[in-house]
Amino acid sequence: MSHLLTGVPASPGIAIAKAYRLEMEESIPQRKEIEDKAAEMRRLKEAIESAKVDIDRIREQTLERLGPKKAEIFEAHLFLLDDPELTDAALARIEREGVCAEFALYDVAAAIMDALRSMDNEMLRERAADVEDITRRVINKLEGRAHHTFSELSDEAILFAKDLTPSDTAQLNMDYIRGFVTEMGSRTSHSAIMARSLELAAVVGAGTDASHIRTGDTVILDATSGKIIVNPSRNQMEDYSERKRKYEDDVLRMKSYVDRPSVTADEVHVELAGNIGGIDDLEKVLANGADGIGLFRTEFLYMGRSTFPSEEEQYSVYKHVLQKMNGKRVVIRTLDIGGDKELSYMQLPQEMNPFLGLRAIRLCLDREDLFRTQLRALLRASAHGKLAIMFPMISILSELREAKRILNEERIRLEQEGVMIASELEVGIMIETPAAALAADLLAEEVDFFSIGTNDLIQYTMAADRMNESVSYLYQPHHPVILRMVQLVIQAADHRGKWVGMCGEMAGDASAIPLLLGLGLHEFSMSASSVLPARELLSRLSKQEWSRLAVEALSMSSQQEVLDFVNNQLRSEA
Amino acid sequence: MISQVFTVIHPQGFHARPSKAFAEKAYLFPCQVTLFKGDKQANGKSPLGLLTLGISAGDEIRLEVEGEQEAQAFQELGRMLTQIYEE
Repeated sequence: MSHLLTGVPASPGIAIAKAYRLEMEESIPQRKEIEDKAAEMRRLKEAIESAKVDIDRIREQTLERLGPKKAEIFEAHLFLLDDPELTDAALARIEREGVCAEFALYDVAAAIMDALRSMDNEMLRERAADVEDITRRVINKLEGRAHHTFSELSDEAILFAKDLTPSDTAQLNMDYIRGFVTEMGSRTSHSAIMARSLELAAVVGAGTDASHIRTGDTVILDATSGKIIVNPSRNQMEDYSERKRKYEDDVLRMKSYVDRPSVTADEVHVELAGNIGGIDDLEKVLANGADGIGLFRTEFLYMGRSTFPSEEEQYSVYKHVLQKMNGKRVVIRTLDIGGDKELSYMQLPQEMNPFLGLRAIRLCLDREDLFRTQLRALLRASAHGKLAIMFPMISILSELREAKRILNEERIRLEQEGVMIASELEVGIMIETPAAALAADLLAEEVDFFSIGTNDLIQYTMAADRMNESVSYLYQPHHPVILRMVQLVIQAADHRGKWVGMCGEMAGDASAIPLLLGLGLHEFSMSASSVLPARELLSRLSKQEWSRLAVEALSMSSQQEVLDFVNNQLRSEA
Repeated sequence: MISQVFTVIHPQGFHARPSKAFAEKAYLFPCQVTLFKGDKQANGKSPLGLLTLGISAGDEIRLEVEGEQEAQAFQELGRMLTQIYEE
């Protein structure tokens, strides 16, 4: 009988192979009294030195296979083995209590691991695995046991283990291993990060149910959704063989778009940018070959803490992002708090209608001190790349003028202080309210660009709270009314030679991209994983053709009609 | 003795790599380096000690240096606390 397990998708891919179970020897060293303390201490030191030799070898292999960044994990391991909190403490235990080296080391390490596992921060919790990895390696040395290898594999296999240490993952025999499943772990464990670098299908945190899978069971591992099918039926096998083939074709095809320009079939260039919420998202944006960053939400700098971030803190984050993007445009949105996003330490008054209340630019103009701090950090960072500053939720012209006035004051102040500021710095606004869309011609005179925020624009145009389930049917990005709004904004900007982007969810939606292209959108900003599929889609579309089709869509009467029209058109082109 | 509070901004906090970098740097100075988070404290020359402090983004960490070359140690180590590390 086939059965299904689920876990956390840690690294995408589909694999079909026999299971191979990695049995961990997890004997906990027992307390044993020893006679010769000096000899026991020497024994521990020798085991540590020998473990270091092994780790150094793994470090070199990793350096070759995965590059210097991943190899640093093992540099850290080497360093941990010299850590006074671990080795000196274990040696002191032997000297003081006359216990065996295995027990002394294990006991000291266990206390450190317990401390790490009790932390709130997932990333730090995961570090217990590093301590366990090195401790286990030294104990294996002391007990004369070899650290497991994967040398006995002679056929394709999907590895099952309770957990995989960083050194296990670095040493996976890629000739045979097609994927792995662990009972423990999370998306941020080293094994998950390594699996993504190795492009190996992996599901983690599958729970104890996965411990029932035995070596030799046939397994389908669908790591794109986190499914594990054990002993599948013939139908499932056929179905997944097909899916696997298609998935692999898609991956290959998408990869070929990484370094290509974002250009349509009729040679029109647009910009495909990524949205980020912090510096952790940067790597994905770069790996997917985005043309820039279309939206950097700065809220993360303010959230999950107890005080406002200082100018200095913000400056180093913005500078880091600009430097990493290496001359590509980075649109940084000023603080967009209020509405559904709260800051506990700010003690904003409860509002009847928070989405219609003191939020985003309104809040910044109300709390000028906060706003000035952020603007100063942005201006200083501008010297390190191609920065565009974007104000959220502008409804009327005077808000824009006020924001620009404050920005200008801070610029002059910094210049007087002798601080370097980029000479070319774009200033733009988000178009999120119908008032801004209708006044786009006036606003366009005073900005360098617009970026349409569809989530809010739809919410305000339809007058439907997007958090309210009962009116969620009104969230209709493809509705002709929304398309008309978008057209209005683009025409107003075009007329004054300004560019228009979109950073709402609609910009990455395959059934909206053709229409937006046809309406003349210049920049599409989306989650990093959508960039390559969007680039591929774009390469098949004709801007000229879709300009005509988009106008046709504007006169339709419902979202469904528009969707059917777009999908039929795309199908007939394929 | 020099002592000051710094706010950590690295979004992931102090994981293996920054802990290692910090401890390595601290090791170069002959003075004592101690970090305090709330009522917990750790030897700044031990990456494991730093890890077990559980330093996350936004945490306020007091750096205390005492002994030979403390001024220079304070300057360099203080800067490392508010630095951003690559993943």
